Amino acid sequence: MQDFPKPDAVLGAVIDWLRDVAVPNLPPHAAFEAKVAANALGLVARALDAGPAETAEHARLTALLGRDGGIEDLTAALSERIRSGEIDLATPGLADHLWTTTLDKLAVDQPKFAPYRRVRTAETQEG
Amino acid sequence: MTVAAHDQDQAEARSRAADEAALAAALTRLAPRLAPGATEIEDLTRLSGGASQETWAFRATGGGADRPLILRRRPPAARPGAAGVPLATEAALIERAAALGAPVPGVAHLLTPEDGAGEGFVMDRVPGETLPARILRKPDFAEARAGFAAEAGSILAAIHRIDGSGLGLDTRTPESSLAMLAERHAKYGQARPVFDLAFRHLAATAPEARAPKLVHGDFRMGNILFGPDRVRAVLDWELAHWGDPMSDFGWVCMGSWRFGGEGPVGGCGAREDMWAAYEAAGGETVNPKTARWWETFGALHWGVIIESMGAWIRAGADRSVERHVIARRASETELLIIADLTGREI
Repeated sequence: MQDFPKPDAVLGAVIDWLRDVAVPNLPPHAAFEAKVAANALGLVARALDAGPAETAEHARLTALLGRDGGIEDLTAALSERIRSGEIDLATPGLADHLWTTTLDKLAVDQPKFAPYRRVRTAETQEG
Repeated sequence: MTVAAHDQDQAEARSRAADEAALAAALTRLAPRLAPGATEIEDLTRLSGGASQETWAFRATGGGADRPLILRRRPPAARPGAAGVPLATEAALIERAAALGAPVPGVAHLLTPEDGAGEGFVMDRVPGETLPARILRKPDFAEARAGFAAEAGSILAAIHRIDGSGLGLDTRTPESSLAMLAERHAKYGQARPVFDLAFRHLAATAPEARAPKLVHGDFRMGNILFGPDRVRAVLDWELAHWGDPMSDFGWVCMGSWRFGGEGPVGGCGAREDMWAAYEAAGGETVNPKTARWWETFGALHWGVIIESMGAWIRAGADRSVERHVIARRASETELLIIADLTGREI
């Protein structure tokens, strides 16, 4: 077991320092880069939280393909079966799997992407 | 950072400074030819350093002259694999577009080897705004936004009439464009089931190749300079080629180029308004299905471009934080594609 504070707390402190100290004190171009760096660490912080989503993705892949394996290996196998025409959007579960997996990726990569935000808002209103 | 990387950074910084000094000297020698009476240049500022070209702003001054200008040039060591046309070709296309009434900057000078400033050209710095976030949100641009869809249609009608002969431009069909993407995805990308579905869907529904027109190839928010009331200049002609005119419609509507705005055309207009204006300006009849096909193609195209940026990172050729973040944006194109393929408007 590793010591306190946890990685997300360390990252949070670095992000705050970049935004509150580095950005206002750097020349314009470096300040822009520091802002980008803070956003990049935000992505890393969200990626650290993606464990449950990846576990669910792994379960969906196992069900779709009827076999087990690592998530990268299973994704490559799914790609291969789509390329060969063996599975397509008519295959039960595929459309749902890709939709959910893609939204989970956006939650890490770019939660502010406008179409993503609209989809999440609509889901909340429906849900 | 390793010691070697630090040394490399320092060496790069020194060579950049030397390069800028050489450029300033070359442009000063050129000044009298850029503006009558000008003897010097001022405010030389690098605006962007893309992988395949650099953009600099400066003014030619002295002797009563003061002409704001832009230099576009190939960097001294351009990254291999850049797909753009030579800058001399870009300049020729801009001049031909101007002759047909399309809004473009005036070309002031085509660099020759004797100028000692690299390969490229100098053009007028047209006042206006290119940043999509500002164009789409600031009240100042309300009039330009309201008219953009129709304006895009009439501008594209003019661009598609450009005589692009004698410039050695590539010809691309829907089929060859798809094949090119598939090759790049296989070479640089990772396993992406959504892209695989897109390739199959696009291949099965590809429009027939038609008589190719000169297409801009990168007509989208970010490459279009706006005044408060209308488009002032269409920029960045480096991806021009012979192709399906509908491809320019798909690209300007593609979801990544809406920058949070409402409305498919550049985030601020309706497709139907653009198509109607195109036909009214003498463009051929628009097939909405074909235009939408190119929109899905556009998302896949941008996704594959992002994957190639990931390949630069993997090869150690790009260590910038910004590039690492942009390389994580292929997922946004997957969202656009899966929405298209499952009939969702998002």
